[in-house]
Amino acid sequence: MSGQGAPLGIIMLCHTALHRAAQVARFWLDAGCPVVIHLDRAVSHADRDAMRAALGAHPLVRFSPRHRCAWGSWQLVAATQDAAELMLRDFPQTGHVMLISGACLPLRPASELQAHLAAHPQTDFIESVAIEHAEWITGGLSEERFTLYFPFNWHKQRLAFDTFVDVQRKLGIRREIPRPLRPHMGSQWWCLTRKTLSAILTDPRRKRYDRYFRQNWIPDESYFQTLARVHAAQIDSRSLTLVKFDRNGRPNLFYDDHLQLLRRSDCFVARKIWPEANRLYDFFLSDQLARQPRLPAEPAKIDRYFELAEQQRREGRAGLYMQSRFPAHDSAAAKTAGPYSVFSGFDHLFENFEHWLGQVSGARAHGHLFASERVQFHGGARVWHGAISDSAAIRDYNPRMFLTNLLWAARGERQCFAYGPEDMMDHEVNWFMATDTNAEIQVIRGAWILPLWRRGVVSDAVVAEVARLQKREQLWLEVLESRWVLAKCKIWTVSEICAAPEQCLAMAVQDSANAAALTAHGLAQLYRLEGLPEFLTALRNQGLPPQNFKDFNF
Amino acid sequence: MLGQFRLRAERHMKLFRCLRKSAALRKRITRTDSIRPGDVLAFVVLRNELVRLPYFLEYYRAQGVRHFLMVDNGSDDGTAEYLERQRDVSLWTTQASYKGASFGVDWLNHLLWLYGVGHWVLVLDVDEFLVYPFCDTRPLSALTDWLDSQGRRSFGAMLLDMYPKGPISAQPYQSGQNPFEIARFFDSGNLGIRRNAPYQNLWIQGGVRQRVIMATQPKAAPALNKIPLVRWQRQYAYISSTHTLLPRALNKVYDDSGGEFASGVLLHAKFLDTILAKTREELTRAEHYAASREYQAYAASLAQGQDLWCEWSSEYINWRQLEILGLMSKGDWA
Repeated sequence: MSGQGAPLGIIMLCHTALHRAAQVARFWLDAGCPVVIHLDRAVSHADRDAMRAALGAHPLVRFSPRHRCAWGSWQLVAATQDAAELMLRDFPQTGHVMLISGACLPLRPASELQAHLAAHPQTDFIESVAIEHAEWITGGLSEERFTLYFPFNWHKQRLAFDTFVDVQRKLGIRREIPRPLRPHMGSQWWCLTRKTLSAILTDPRRKRYDRYFRQNWIPDESYFQTLARVHAAQIDSRSLTLVKFDRNGRPNLFYDDHLQLLRRSDCFVARKIWPEANRLYDFFLSDQLARQPRLPAEPAKIDRYFELAEQQRREGRAGLYMQSRFPAHDSAAAKTAGPYSVFSGFDHLFENFEHWLGQVSGARAHGHLFASERVQFHGGARVWHGAISDSAAIRDYNPRMFLTNLLWAARGERQCFAYGPEDMMDHEVNWFMATDTNAEIQVIRGAWILPLWRRGVVSDAVVAEVARLQKREQLWLEVLESRWVLAKCKIWTVSEICAAPEQCLAMAVQDSANAAALTAHGLAQLYRLEGLPEFLTALRNQGLPPQNFKDFNF
Repeated sequence: MLGQFRLRAERHMKLFRCLRKSAALRKRITRTDSIRPGDVLAFVVLRNELVRLPYFLEYYRAQGVRHFLMVDNGSDDGTAEYLERQRDVSLWTTQASYKGASFGVDWLNHLLWLYGVGHWVLVLDVDEFLVYPFCDTRPLSALTDWLDSQGRRSFGAMLLDMYPKGPISAQPYQSGQNPFEIARFFDSGNLGIRRNAPYQNLWIQGGVRQRVIMATQPKAAPALNKIPLVRWQRQYAYISSTHTLLPRALNKVYDDSGGEFASGVLLHAKFLDTILAKTREELTRAEHYAASREYQAYAASLAQGQDLWCEWSSEYINWRQLEILGLMSKGDWA
């Protein structure tokens, strides 16, 4: 024992992995701390005997009366009360008493904890948050934990539990909170002074309080936390035990690979350790700990580590579609991994548009990704990031995932591509892009007619093709003009562009291009459109409806 | 409702069928007495895999698999004799048709029904190597303990086809060798996923087999979704390979509200030089799925020296790399 102040008493609540609990008990005993062990009633006789044998007849060890402690039950409090009474009775020199579990592991030498307590002899270390401020509670119930009845087990009788809560709410049932208690909650694991603890246990109204808390939900997180507020002289509302809860309110386990993380904790004890984490037990229970240089405490780093994991579980990575994340339609915040631009018809009106766009934008400018014969990746590549093939057959087998794969694989780089009625237009993809906040869609209506015109003939086949593409474009534009659109859409007409090509182009690329490059490279040149009106007239005379060409007023 | 009845009927049919088909299994050696409660068990059907076995067993022993229950389907290369000598293997043999036993699924269901109940079971082929989050620092039992604590009963691990650079015959595989010293590459981002409505699982196709071998008929590319790790109950049944399970709630190994479930990957060491001999054998046997269509394609490509590698192939490093690429996830297992 370090000799500073009164010894620290340890109460251990154990139910599984008793060999580990015995190891930890031994650690405290070696430091001169009396240990009172509570074994859950579910522990078999064989296991109990094995643990007793492992500890031997040590003068500082006691075993307290056994209870069956289900999660969140009153029995946990009762077991703690019994153990605490035993501790106070049998070890009158004890100063602070600390409550830990059998799956807790000390993170620092016992002498450090003793010194810390000796420096704060009157302080109770117990997380105790007034119920009206406790917003972190998992499970939705906060004040109602103290004012409703909870006869059913939340884990095993969930339906009955929920129904009973609802019924009580409807009936307006409200139990009276015994005066002068003000409900407080906090971590189950505390370290109280002898004075506070014995005041709680010998309170003349204890019977009344116990009867009341027996009906509460999860009293192990509120009994001592509330009563400490009545009896304590000075409360440090922070547990000395590190516990990180997951989304279901269960403590995260610590494994061997958390060693470096745990060394950065500012707590004295960590819960809960996976029983087979040999490296952690070897390190923290041996003198290795004292021999290693002390790392600076960075509790925020530990918080961050678990927050990130929780975030990944809850929100996932935007734009990722994979075996264990497959958001149903519109259920995820972002549908794709990053912003991208779709240019329809620009390559037909402007010379070398794709090349020029690549130069002025710093983005990746592809050709027609959905071209019917094959995928026109940038530079004519046969395979792209992620080993995405240029095969049209593979793309058309799952076009939406072709797009999301491309955006995921190239995340960090803005992707631009040409798309229009002349491509393999997929209705699902059209809707997907139109309702994607990452998409920017710039369309020049009717520009797809230009490649047909350049072929120079007006045959029945061309007329049929025009009619087909016209219909397809119409369907697409209906999507883009619908009220569900979330993408940034702009629809131009050929005549608008021809009237002011430079201004229109500069506006169309303002999201993807950067100003300096735009100045350096200038704007793309408009193709010459001489002879187009004659072509359109010929089409009209072949029987296509005249309103189809109303955009082409030169 | 009707759909549920249909699925239940299908499950009962499947369980009945596996009982019938189990008649063909002969006990070679059973050491199942040594199985302890809580042990993770592996179930395998195989044929002529002697060269692969030493590394396979070593790999899974290191992860913490305690017992291997294996069905040898008519090997003649000494596979059975080798397995007989392993202290943690129980072996059944059969000469019956693999195809007739639903590609081995009936035999597996039967052994699972007998020995798997209450255990976490891994159902594998000898060329599949499980990678799960933190597999370099935590044994399988850490994963299964955590899955238990989360109330999960099944764990998804997609197949990831691994391949070498250059013709497949150029780097012969030696028994005992880590196959991923040779087959070091994979396609990282070309999977197509769709929901398979009646069973609620995801149907995943793609990877190198679709990119190179099935490029002209992508629909015929093999399914890559797998659920190889399950906390087995007597009423469970695999339906087609380890792609689909019933009851169908077991197939829900993904989150559909935007979050990520924890998942792993089965590194697939299929594309080694051993596939060439296998292709010749399987084409004469015709005991594989869809008229061995896949093996016909291998004969047309791999046997002709086709290189599977491309400039965007990724070289395998570890599970963290696979996670960053989005092929697997640690979910909230921190």
